[in-house]
Amino acid sequence: MEDRSQTRRDFMKMMSMGAMAALSLGSLSCTRAQVEAFLQKHFREMTEAEKKEAIRRLEETYFRKYGKKFHISTQPADTAVLWGYGLDLSRCIGCRRCVYACVKENNQSRSNPQLQWIRVVRLKDGSLINLENTEHYYNPEKVPEPGFQYMPVQCQHCENPPCVRVCPVHATWKEPDGIVVVDYNWCIGCRYCMAACPYKGRVFNWGQPNIPPEELNTEVHYLGNRPRMKNVVEKCTFCIQRVRNGRYPACVEACPTGARKFGNLLDPDSEIRYIIENKRVFRLKEDLNTEPKFYYFFSA
Amino acid sequence: MKIVPLVLFAIIAFGVPVFAAHNNEYPVSTPPLTEGIFPCSNCHAGMDVNAKKRELKDEHANIKLHHAENDRWCLDCHNPADRDKLKLANGDKIPFTESYLLCGQCHGNIYRDWKVGIHGKRIGYFKGGQRVYFLCVNCHNPHDPKFKSLKPEPPPTKPERKNGR
Repeated sequence: MEDRSQTRRDFMKMMSMGAMAALSLGSLSCTRAQVEAFLQKHFREMTEAEKKEAIRRLEETYFRKYGKKFHISTQPADTAVLWGYGLDLSRCIGCRRCVYACVKENNQSRSNPQLQWIRVVRLKDGSLINLENTEHYYNPEKVPEPGFQYMPVQCQHCENPPCVRVCPVHATWKEPDGIVVVDYNWCIGCRYCMAACPYKGRVFNWGQPNIPPEELNTEVHYLGNRPRMKNVVEKCTFCIQRVRNGRYPACVEACPTGARKFGNLLDPDSEIRYIIENKRVFRLKEDLNTEPKFYYFFSA
Repeated sequence: MKIVPLVLFAIIAFGVPVFAAHNNEYPVSTPPLTEGIFPCSNCHAGMDVNAKKRELKDEHANIKLHHAENDRWCLDCHNPADRDKLKLANGDKIPFTESYLLCGQCHGNIYRDWKVGIHGKRIGYFKGGQRVYFLCVNCHNPHDPKFKSLKPEPPPTKPERKNGR
């Protein structure tokens, strides 16, 4: 005889789970998009079809929210690439053009909360090793000021990133091309990564992000500059939406002194390799063994 | 018969080099000449060449030479016979789009860095598109080359204290 109790138990289990799901989602009066967002998988576990579906849903949500047609890329990393960044401290004048170009390109919240991925710190001449005596609220009439040096700090895209190790839900990880990214839909906002980062490279959306609709950048990457939501952590991605298409990051193009350099560490003819091989280079807090891919150098 | 479409195809496929028609190795941005001033031969064609060091009063009055001014004057860099070109120390005529050759005569180490993209900047695509190099004169006034100080963008807002804490 057939084992009927077994099938009955399976049936009951399925029914009760279905009822629970229907109850918990139905009683909250969610829209269909919200239900789909809730059930969305981790980005790295999605199939191509699931990614496509998630992108379609996101584009629809953004259109409803901002009235603009977004183009969300999921372009993966190129295997022959490891991105590296160079910053010429002998040329940086601390004008913060990079900060605002970054805010605009990457759809950061403008005010309340104001979020910026680049922090330009000012140091007294001769105190480069003394990072405790820095400040980033300086506001003189003109820069550079005599007697001071400037050092922009942003995500250093560590080879051994402490932020990734502490994330309890694996919402942040290092891509094969070296970019440390966040799946904002997977982030639970616990901010362990912010506590772990020795460079203050991450910022948190305490409130609903504020972006003037006319200043929205609609060319976005899923793991980069798409508009974020409240209660997620965000950070510099080397402009993932630009560099994976062969373009320079926005901060590189905005710098009026040309202090910012970018290139492929695996390409022996790249700018970044020339800098590492020929200039005086250092990395921030090297003693922590985070192995940043952000190289400060002196050209003069 | 077959060459014409081939040339057309080449232009369509690789794009017309917009900026540097002479030198594709360093595709540079447009030289920042004052509007309406170029070609220089418009005015200079019929004029006598005056190589004397003097204060410029009628035209180019805004040019105050602060670039090793004791050692040089206009015609050390500007070609007296053809004002639409610049002149190297060896007498070679070069277009304004190749003025980096002129600067590189004295600033050799900077020129070396510029060629590999370390001094100055490049914008656009480093792969799969047009990359544009900035000319020396896009950032430095050739007659007064020291980089001018700038007004900085506003500092970040300080975190607010709320609820009396």
